[in-house]
Amino acid sequence: MKNPSEEQSSMQEKKGVSRRAFLRGAGLTTAGTVALSAGLLSFKLEDAKAPPAILGPGEAEVRFVVNGQARTIWVEPRTTLAEALREHLSLTGAKVVCDRGSCSACTVWVDGKPVNSCITLAVDVSGREVTTIEGLAQGDELHPVQEAFIEHDASMCGFCTPGMVMSCAALLKRNPNPGLEDVKLATSGNLCRCGTYPKVFEATLAAAKKMKK
Amino acid sequence: MIPAPFDYAAPNTLAEAFALLEQHGDDAKILAGGHSLIPMMKLRFASPAFLVDINNIPGLSYIREEDGYLRIGAMAREADLDHSELIRSRYPIFTDASKLIADPQVRNMGTIGGNIAHGDAANDHPAVMLAMRAEVVISSAEGQRTVPIDEFFYGFYMTAVQQNEILTEIRIPIPPAGTGNAYHKLERKVGDYATAGVAVQITVDGKGFCTYAGIGLTNVNPTPMRAARSEEALLGQKMTEEAIAEAARLAAEDCNPSDDLRGDEEYKRAMVGVLTRRMIHKALERARR
Repeated sequence: MKNPSEEQSSMQEKKGVSRRAFLRGAGLTTAGTVALSAGLLSFKLEDAKAPPAILGPGEAEVRFVVNGQARTIWVEPRTTLAEALREHLSLTGAKVVCDRGSCSACTVWVDGKPVNSCITLAVDVSGREVTTIEGLAQGDELHPVQEAFIEHDASMCGFCTPGMVMSCAALLKRNPNPGLEDVKLATSGNLCRCGTYPKVFEATLAAAKKMKK
Repeated sequence: MIPAPFDYAAPNTLAEAFALLEQHGDDAKILAGGHSLIPMMKLRFASPAFLVDINNIPGLSYIREEDGYLRIGAMAREADLDHSELIRSRYPIFTDASKLIADPQVRNMGTIGGNIAHGDAANDHPAVMLAMRAEVVISSAEGQRTVPIDEFFYGFYMTAVQQNEILTEIRIPIPPAGTGNAYHKLERKVGDYATAGVAVQITVDGKGFCTYAGIGLTNVNPTPMRAARSEEALLGQKMTEEAIAEAARLAAEDCNPSDDLRGDEEYKRAMVGVLTRRMIHKALERARR
């Protein structure tokens, strides 16, 4: 373990190294007004025995479960889940539209919850379970939400549809008895430039009814 | 859009995370929900050379009342707050806020710690924290320190969290009986940043006099802002329509909004006034329950 003066000098050395010009949450020196609770030394550097593997910047192994199947891919840490699914696993159902988490066309489930795959790193879902629109149907049998989307004509150009369906199906999993407001809230992140929202709401409420039977 | 290349590690303990931060210095950035950081990296507003992913560290997602505080682990997701029975029943201001933060997909990933540590005046939790006079627990290999929220935000994307530290907990004093709180932001569409947002917490005594006032403003100042003169105007006063109108007027006067696509300065000031008045009323309604 370093003694405090060594710690100090190594910190100073680091400060001298050229800084990367990226936005940092930190940046200023500690304010004199903060209370240091010296009695709470609950974390010690030497507790870190086996340091975690450092991945990148080249390809690293990611193992995860996709639509019920164990999959292994090699991707750079900067690869998003959306890219990994589309480019590495040929699952092109999730669409990349805004590519910055604003439109939800890339919605997939991670451990059963809808997330934007375009701003989630593939390495971040290592060991977790991913469900895409391709994994929603049981063989040839469509998910009730998918069926309802067809019956109620809930897509026009269809580009937002996979994300929309994943949001609606996740809602019905969590809340089998939703009202219109619940459906609106669940799809509030999914942008549809064609304006099929009323049909989407109709379809989802109809699917909920059907699933209860 | 593809982020610049970086190295990545997902430590399993805080100690490991601190070691990595120590080792990689200013090149390292912490990845929590990542839903502010990854878009910034894609747009090249940020290019950290090393990401320390803290999602695998257990025990940072709690929401509980303890020792007079509501204590929230930094990795509690917005969705966790939204679904927490404790929050729903006792802290409606969080339910107000968490429904307005981005969209459901983002709320499944985004964390309360990240929302605050990002240091963005446009984020919603900072104003809520100001209204509730929260404290932020910051941990490092050397131990923990607690920073009052008023001393947390240093500037644009700059906070009290130093390079070798991690924000690990938010602590909110459990408000006494007779307290109500509320938050609302005006947004153009779901997931937009606030045109203006106002968080209010008020405590009134048995005779209807204000014994506590906390008012925080979102996205109308370079940093999250306390409407200090509005608070002073209410403290010790009977909560009359005149007192509330005066507090709202002062908030509109004291904020520093800038013109942008969400509206010009005059409009934003007016909206701060309207929202302040409405949120004080809503907080009072909740205080009387």
